Amino acid sequence: MNENIFKINDKEYILPGNRACQGCGLSLAYRYILKALRENTIVAIPPSCLCVLHGLYPTTSVIVPALNTTFASNAASASGIVAGLDALGKGDITVLALSGDGGTYDIGIQSLSGAAERNTNFIFACYDNEAYMNTGTQRSGATPMGAITTTTPVLTKQEPKKDFLKIMEAHHIPYLATVSPAYPADLYEKFVKAKRIRGTRYIHIDTPCPPGWDYPTKDTVKIARLAVETGLFILFEIENDRFRFTGRSKIMAERGKLLPLVNYVERQGRFKKMSIEQLNSLQTSVNSRWNECLKRAEG
Amino acid sequence: MNDTRIITGNEAAALAVKLARPGVIAAYPITPQTSLAEKLSEYVERGDLKAEYVRVESEHSSLTVCISASAVGARVFTATSSNGLLYMHEQLHWAAGSRLPVVMCCVNRGVGAPWSIFNDQQDSFSQRDTGWIQIYCRDNQEILDTIIQAYRIAEEVYIPVMVCYDGFILSHTMMPVEVPDARMVKKFLPPYKPHTILSPDDPRTINPVFFPTRRENSEGILCDGYMEMRYKLQAAFEKSGEVIRSASREWAEITGRDHGGLIWEYMTEDAELILTGMGSIATEATLAADVLRAEGIRAGVVGIRAYRPFPKAEVAQAFKKATAIAVFEKCISYGYEGGVCSDLKAAFYGTDIKSPIHDYIAGLGGRDVKTGEIVDAARATLESTRAGDAGNKTVWLNCYTGLKDEG
Repeated sequence: MNENIFKINDKEYILPGNRACQGCGLSLAYRYILKALRENTIVAIPPSCLCVLHGLYPTTSVIVPALNTTFASNAASASGIVAGLDALGKGDITVLALSGDGGTYDIGIQSLSGAAERNTNFIFACYDNEAYMNTGTQRSGATPMGAITTTTPVLTKQEPKKDFLKIMEAHHIPYLATVSPAYPADLYEKFVKAKRIRGTRYIHIDTPCPPGWDYPTKDTVKIARLAVETGLFILFEIENDRFRFTGRSKIMAERGKLLPLVNYVERQGRFKKMSIEQLNSLQTSVNSRWNECLKRAEG
Repeated sequence: MNDTRIITGNEAAALAVKLARPGVIAAYPITPQTSLAEKLSEYVERGDLKAEYVRVESEHSSLTVCISASAVGARVFTATSSNGLLYMHEQLHWAAGSRLPVVMCCVNRGVGAPWSIFNDQQDSFSQRDTGWIQIYCRDNQEILDTIIQAYRIAEEVYIPVMVCYDGFILSHTMMPVEVPDARMVKKFLPPYKPHTILSPDDPRTINPVFFPTRRENSEGILCDGYMEMRYKLQAAFEKSGEVIRSASREWAEITGRDHGGLIWEYMTEDAELILTGMGSIATEATLAADVLRAEGIRAGVVGIRAYRPFPKAEVAQAFKKATAIAVFEKCISYGYEGGVCSDLKAAFYGTDIKSPIHDYIAGLGGRDVKTGEIVDAARATLESTRAGDAGNKTVWLNCYTGLKDEG
């Protein structure tokens, strides 16, 4: 299986016009996720930007079945969908739980960890826009150090971003991957692959957010690309505990060099109060993670 | 063939669940529910019950699993107690708002803080307004029979049903229980046929954001707003009383066991003094009524079986001739009085029932309630009423309050 951009399913599952903000990274990613998973899919939704994207009753812009649940419970809700489908002999339906970073890192971590430990047969994808964006950019466990949010308005966030991928990796699930809306072919391939694997599959989506990150709406793809090219967000997959770079990150690992982090930071208003020390500290952690990944890819 | 076994309340509940054949069970252990969750996992692992058993990491998740599995069309079951039920609180609303026929047992236990593992009914009482039907059982046979009836009720009115029974007093006490024949139960309770399911065959977004106003869909049809959805839940509750009654009647016809619909009565026909309560304390009150009758006091008992929907018409009828009323309840609305007492008063408003009501808060955190204590309290109620004291009052039964006249 090597799907390329020309082989992508041309059917659309999100009708033109939805309630996401202009330039929404989630909107871009979700379009390709659904193309990869196709019709025979049920989506579990917590209260979040995705809930808004789906529209206000009685209209919706999405033509796959979706079940809303409460904030802490999306992975449990998806577990219930899986159990119900199994009980009814409909186990061939793909179940996707799609939560933001709040619903994954913070309030949602308990039900996600429980479901992953049980190796529940579903895909859990986190669209990480690095703050509570649906309520207007409050700090989350995924917010990077040095970012302004509405609950860190003066001093910026002082703590580094939680290393959630490590937490998920520690569950030793069959498949774990990262994707970016700037690289739709890589994203598409990973969701197609995930669909064919049984057990818990976790996919992390870097999700630039124009209002929350404070950059022009036309720059979403550019920002997402810079995240990858600076090594801040690394495209990879871990299958049966084996790590490998994919897409743009693979090319960079083979012959490229990382762009300096400042290229990414300077384009976003949320970092305008970031100190040199914070920038240096972030650069150091990016370098060390990149080197760690290079070593793992060799091994 | 009659299959009578000497079993605990939790085992009676597990047998009922097996007979009701849910497709999905999710549970998280908590005292005193634990042996029910264990027994069900044993049935599933032995292959006696063909169901998906999801061993969740919390009660919040156990009810969530049931809600979502029900949304795709499976019959579901969960059970909990005390703080486990409180941890589900958000999902209790979600299940009722989703109009899903979830059936759950609440094995009643006091809530913390401070910790108590023992029985009272503050747990389920405090969840009264989440939109669930609540039925309280008085003995182990009623637990078994009520769980089977609960599925019939829930699947007809699309309201989740909480079957409540007293922790330890019933859950861990052995009593003879007649186990009905599986084929007979299957006839009474056919497989669940949901009216709406979450499916790729008919994709829809379930429970999205609603606006205060009604809105048009893409075909120009005006659809419900949030408030219409809420009204429909209330309207379903108003219909549910008759469904509870008919499920109970039909069950009585085929098994010969009639536990009453929304209420049950014991020697009320000529009763001047009526004792009332929910669950095992009402059973205890029937023993007290026997003692009082032997003394020449015409005492009777009304057991509140369904707390929601509240049996307004039934109680107005049953208490019509009572000149003295004593409520015994294991819960309280802090800052006011016991919940059953308040609801009785509200049900009597505008009727000819003017008798004073004495509310006895009893048995909190497992404090034993002896027949003799109920007898004494009932006698005091009758004497004070006969002496012309028309006032209502709330008394903490067998509780040291530090007042002067206590030992």
